[in-house]
Amino acid sequence: MGKMIRVLVAKPGLDGHDRGAKVVANALKDAGMEVIYTGLHQTPELIAEAAVQEDVDVVGLSILSGAHMTLFPRIMELLKEKGGGDIMVFGGGIIPAEDVEELEKFGVARVFGPGTDTNDIVSFLKEKLHG
Amino acid sequence: MRSAAKLDKIVDDFRAGNTAATGRLLSIMENGGPEAERVIEKILPDIKGIYRIGFTGPPGAGKSTLISRLASYYRKQDEKLGIIVVDPSSPFSGGALLGDRVRMQNLSSDPGIFVRSLANRGTLGGISNCTDEAVDIFDASGKDVVFIETVGVGQSELAVAEKTHTVVVILVPESGDGIQAMKAGLMEIGDIFVMNKSDHQDAGMAAREIEASLKMKRVEEGDWEPRVILTSGLKDEGVDRLKESLDQHRKYLEDSGLMKRKRREILYSRVRSALIDRLDRRIRSSRRITELVEARMEDVYHSRISPYTLVHEIDSMIKIE
Ligand SMILES: Nc1nc2c(ncn2[C@@H]2O[C@H](COP(=O)(O)OP(=O)(O)OP(=O)(O)O)[C@@H](O)[C@H]2O)c(=O)[nH]1
Ligand SMILES: [Mg+2]
Repeated sequence: MGKMIRVLVAKPGLDGHDRGAKVVANALKDAGMEVIYTGLHQTPELIAEAAVQEDVDVVGLSILSGAHMTLFPRIMELLKEKGGGDIMVFGGGIIPAEDVEELEKFGVARVFGPGTDTNDIVSFLKEKLHG
Repeated sequence: MRSAAKLDKIVDDFRAGNTAATGRLLSIMENGGPEAERVIEKILPDIKGIYRIGFTGPPGAGKSTLISRLASYYRKQDEKLGIIVVDPSSPFSGGALLGDRVRMQNLSSDPGIFVRSLANRGTLGGISNCTDEAVDIFDASGKDVVFIETVGVGQSELAVAEKTHTVVVILVPESGDGIQAMKAGLMEIGDIFVMNKSDHQDAGMAAREIEASLKMKRVEEGDWEPRVILTSGLKDEGVDRLKESLDQHRKYLEDSGLMKRKRREILYSRVRSALIDRLDRRIRSSRRITELVEARMEDVYHSRISPYTLVHEIDSMIKIE
């Protein structure tokens, strides 16, 4: 057995739908990961702080509000500032293709669109983290 | 495994107050082994014997909500807090969903508070087996008090009493909780009982029931008398009285000398369990013992020797004294 994968699943921004985030959190748990779920309406500051306190390997962000182009970079910046620059960040939500490209250029590991099979997320994370 | 230099760097960053380094050390404690031991050796001079409060009670009783309220009362007195929240790992996947931070969101922005979620990774007793080591990290980082939240479902949760100085049992008025608590032995371990969700109408009644059952226990002159406090974590009611009772219990522990005794007991049980772990590893990695067991198990199987005879044979190979 490899090292335990720890993931923080967070829901930044103002929209109040966390069903998707919860489904992903559960799927990752069922795949044997330790998932810290932090709930709705999280500020980038709180997310980054929680991620370093929990020493997670990955942060998964669910963003439906349209604010992804500010939230992702801000959270990644804060992670770096706090000494968590090696934490991988991925996301999910309704994000236009050209934005996805830009975010991935910026260092977001992957953006999963709506209706993604959770198994794909699991295998993506396992491959990235366990190689 | 990390190189010694890398580990030293993490410890240095931790000493400088870096949050990520503290988080990393907590993971090292969780994973145990020689790295964890090395870290403990290095931070030993900074460990003072931090005050530990355990919070237990049935799932959904409002433990996390109440803890986050209570935290602000400690912060008002400028006491720094470490909070450990233990949740069970799934016995099927080994994974865990750690959701307590949802109720503690407001705490993450306070540099005087550090919250860490731990999955129990299959340990019996409902409390992670690295609890002592995690507490040491908080202790050495200059925290004044550590809160430990565990889900109390049945006998196994009583372990929290063995790892803390004060135990707060959090109950809710919902049907039969009092009875459940008595069955589970929670009545024996609580120093302070909280009837939470006092905004529910049956709370006063439920609190009196618990009070009545506590009265049936004899308390010796000068001993601590367990008490019941009504709170609403949701509305922040009664939390001030909980804080008062906690202060009184802490003072009682100090004045009676019980604090010192409990600290010794916690440390001694730690020595014992680390020793047992080590012996177990030594026994299992010994070729001679493994060979003996393989040869003699056949005799045990056919009742030619009893299991105890085999144990005596192994024991005489270890020859500690
Ligand atoms: N009515 C009422 N609801 C409360 C109160 N305190 C907490 N709750 C609610 O009860 C639910 C569980 O609260 P938590 O604080 O997560 O309870 P917990 O005991 O930590 O739960 P677990 O860690 O899952 O065992 C949440 O929906 C809270 O909003 C209270 O005083 N009154
Ligand atoms: Mg909780």
